[in-house]
Amino acid sequence: MVTELVLDRVRVRFTLPGATVAAVDDVSLSLRPGECLALVGESGCGKTVLANALLGFLPGNAETAGTATLRGDGPELDLLTATDRELATTVRGRRIGLVPQSPASHLTPVRTARAQIEEAIRVHRSPHTADAVAARAGLSPEDIDRYPHQLSGGMAQRVANALALVGDPWLLVADEPTTGLDRHLVDSLIEEFRRMVTAGHAVLLITHDLAAAQRVADRVAVMYAGRVIEIGPARKVLETPLHPYSKGLGNALPDRAFTPIPGQPPLLTDLPAGCSFAPRCDRVAPICAERPALTDDEHAVACHRPC
Amino acid sequence: MLTAENITAGYRHPVITDISLTVHPGQTVGVAGPSGSGKSTLARVLALLHKPFSGTVRIDGTPVTRYRHRAPRALRTRIGVLFQQPRLSVDPRMTLRQAIAEPLRATRSPDRVDELADLVMLTADLLGRRAHEVSDGQLQRACLARALTLRPAFLICDEMTTMLDASTTAALVGVIRDYQHATGAGVLAISHDTALLDRWADHTLLLPGRRRTDSRTDPPHTSTVE
Repeated sequence: MVTELVLDRVRVRFTLPGATVAAVDDVSLSLRPGECLALVGESGCGKTVLANALLGFLPGNAETAGTATLRGDGPELDLLTATDRELATTVRGRRIGLVPQSPASHLTPVRTARAQIEEAIRVHRSPHTADAVAARAGLSPEDIDRYPHQLSGGMAQRVANALALVGDPWLLVADEPTTGLDRHLVDSLIEEFRRMVTAGHAVLLITHDLAAAQRVADRVAVMYAGRVIEIGPARKVLETPLHPYSKGLGNALPDRAFTPIPGQPPLLTDLPAGCSFAPRCDRVAPICAERPALTDDEHAVACHRPC
Repeated sequence: MLTAENITAGYRHPVITDISLTVHPGQTVGVAGPSGSGKSTLARVLALLHKPFSGTVRIDGTPVTRYRHRAPRALRTRIGVLFQQPRLSVDPRMTLRQAIAEPLRATRSPDRVDELADLVMLTADLLGRRAHEVSDGQLQRACLARALTLRPAFLICDEMTTMLDASTTAALVGVIRDYQHATGAGVLAISHDTALLDRWADHTLLLPGRRRTDSRTDPPHTSTVE
């Protein structure tokens, strides 16, 4: 049986008094072992909501539609309709591991890294020893005898990775793992992710750091206003983007043109009927009043007038 | 001119030792260095938020003798500050409009929130929202508007862009540059992103890294250069 995660027209809406927030809209994508998919986009585009939906971490006022099917390494399961109990006992940490943002604050300050890894081993009834788990994340036995405040940012990140790997999940979801790390820590984190991908894991990397995405991802999906507007091989999407928005993001990098995309993302409570990027787009035409569909290519784009 | 002379500062132990730098009007000075090298400590000292163990901060020649709430208002309001985490910098009970207006209220100055919101491209609808109802990028825009409210002569940006995507980063740096052109303000830009500082700052001061427990991933120690 193949091991894969397949998202089919996933939709997440939040109901607020007097408004509905369309945070994720019609997202379809798939991920298999040995692959890293980066999900990039401006803050507030729905990246984190999508990750939380996969792990069942959405708040009570969220409504979902579509399916997110997890196959292999256990019974087939739709993550969007699974109960919290199913997710807690069979999915989180076992089939999907979460690499948190800011690992240093994610660790318990009063216990050593070893104590925390051993606790995870106990809870998951994992056959591994703490030293073996640590070694997989690039840590030596002495390293994990330290308390979190004695670890540098890079080491804390490795402890977080080790914790995510305890239950042998094939899929790792990493939400903005590079935020606030300096360049050499980002480099070592990227190496860790590449190593995990080579070891047969899949990584879903959620980030706004295009430079990091370019170096670690096999494929990149660009999200805008809750939708995937471009997806394809990392090099193609980042170097020869088809969507004017992806192109604008690239041009905003300090080592490129350093020019912002004019305007701001639309409010998710009040999305335009057609292409949601049209109000900021310099290639806009009358046809953009209709919502463009994502093409069905290896390098797919949802745009009537691609670059 | 904002100057730091031989600043040694820290908490129980010194984090930065004998650091000197000068920010001239209209100039952008970058500060780079690995995590733990004391970038934020230096920012806090220059923003008059942290008293150094030794050394002197001068604002246009006037030496600063008192820090934090003891700093005289006339000196304190010459400096605007932007922090890394906009969520921790805004009172969650306030709307963005109230947050931007806070310095005006404190100094009983006339309302210019709309003019400032325009500058950072915040719409009227966003001004009516509270922090949890906007994105990090929108909130940092509000923090920039608030930092510019009292027309500071110096702006200190401590990892201002860490939480932001590339487009918002470029937009906010653009707003700061326009403000500098209009007012001749000096800017201290602190970041671990050297690609950003290469593009943004006129020159960059590199703080040397301290020895940490993670010796394998530590960069080679670099000397302080100006």
